[in-house]
Amino acid sequence: MTDSHVRHLLQVKDLDRTAAERILDTARAFEEVARRPIKKVPTLRGKTVVNLFYEASTRTRTSFELAGKRLSADVVNVGGSSSSTSKGETLSDTVRTIDAMHPDVIVVRHAASGAAEYVARRTRAAIVNAGDGLHQHPTQALLDAFTILSHKGSLKGLTVAICGDILHSRVARSNAELLPLLGANVRLAGPATLLPHDADALGCPVFDRLEPALEGADVVMMLRIQRERLGGAFFPTLREYSRVYGLNRKRLELAHPDAIVMHPGPLNRGVEISDDVADGPSSVILEQVEAGVAVRMAVLYLSANEPEGPVSRPAGL
Amino acid sequence: MRVLIDPNGVSRGLRRVAGEIVERHRGTENLVIVGIRRGGVAVARDLVHWIQDHEGHGVPVGMVDITLYRDDVATALPNPRIGPSSIPCSLDGKTVVLVDDVVYTGRTVRAALDAVLDYGRPHCIELAALVDRGGRELPIQPTYVVRTVEVGDSERVDVVDGEDGLSAIVQDMGTPTIPPEHP
Repeated sequence: MTDSHVRHLLQVKDLDRTAAERILDTARAFEEVARRPIKKVPTLRGKTVVNLFYEASTRTRTSFELAGKRLSADVVNVGGSSSSTSKGETLSDTVRTIDAMHPDVIVVRHAASGAAEYVARRTRAAIVNAGDGLHQHPTQALLDAFTILSHKGSLKGLTVAICGDILHSRVARSNAELLPLLGANVRLAGPATLLPHDADALGCPVFDRLEPALEGADVVMMLRIQRERLGGAFFPTLREYSRVYGLNRKRLELAHPDAIVMHPGPLNRGVEISDDVADGPSSVILEQVEAGVAVRMAVLYLSANEPEGPVSRPAGL
Repeated sequence: MRVLIDPNGVSRGLRRVAGEIVERHRGTENLVIVGIRRGGVAVARDLVHWIQDHEGHGVPVGMVDITLYRDDVATALPNPRIGPSSIPCSLDGKTVVLVDDVVYTGRTVRAALDAVLDYGRPHCIELAALVDRGGRELPIQPTYVVRTVEVGDSERVDVVDGEDGLSAIVQDMGTPTIPPEHP
């Protein structure tokens, strides 16, 4: 394939600072649309967006669906269990079938790392990665950056502590790449069993306890304990995990007094985050959800409308 | 390049238009002035100044960005920047005066009408412009105009926000546009 007019958002690594800032600036303009009496603009009228979701997802799928609809695109949801996949169709055939219907953008979520890129090779549509296995979740990192910007004005020089199950977290991986690109210092913290073996490759300081990572942090990002991915014995019990690695009000006092607390959701209340922190004044968890729609509107707008999209096609594709 | 309206002419013209607006509506009750980004915003600002001068009190003023409402989003500029829109109040039942610097094809105004209608159902919408240069591609007509001129397709009318105030100039189509603002 030599088509240079394909425009994907597959991974944070493909973004340079300018491209990331362009998405965030565009999202800022879309933030206002959600607050109007009529929450819809005609910009993507006549464009088709397919949400191809092979993994369970409520907020990400709803967020992309609303983003597409608020731009007046036609949005179709295709789910793993309700689709021909359950009849044995391969991912490749599903994608080629969808491609034959001429969608403009396909939003992909899949349990296999690299699935978004695999799909991108088999369609003319722009691909937006909505989470592929343990690999990447670029729109989550973008909405996190957007939320931090709303509160702090700039990411430059901020200390962001990302805590919990780093090993299985595409959110952590995407943020550990995006936030430093925008000038933040990222710390990663979690039990040694839940830290990636190549943690150093992410270029961030890594801690196997929560406290030193929280010290003076401007942003505390808690990750979900992904029970569905935790087949092995990574820690003794949820209760034990909560006692040592859960964020409660006392631990939060270690962070900067104006620190904000983030969580990509869904919450395991009482496990990685206590009720009083999740619902407390520092929590911006629901603002992240709001930011998600604006950021996804920006990504869909840029993907569907521009020859180059949010990022140009990665080399080799 | 030639000057079409100098700053004094703009002031006199907008002062006249301000008078026409308040006369037609018998005051400023229910009046909202909305500048079309980017060129119309400075004109709206000056128009509001003259309405205030005339009536002794201000009127609500907002702006709309029409990027999302263009009819050529898919084919035009490679990466149009979306600017902020801000409408100061609900437009239900209001008299909205849309303000642009130059009216040409009418497509910008068409997009602005759609944008404004997403903020409510105004009682009526009028259009004020500094320059009507002809060349309409849609059935759109300004309600208030400072200067009507015929300008050829090879030329462009720019409104410049200079130290002495706004002025309108005519220059060749190929001349680079005014650098983008940085809000």
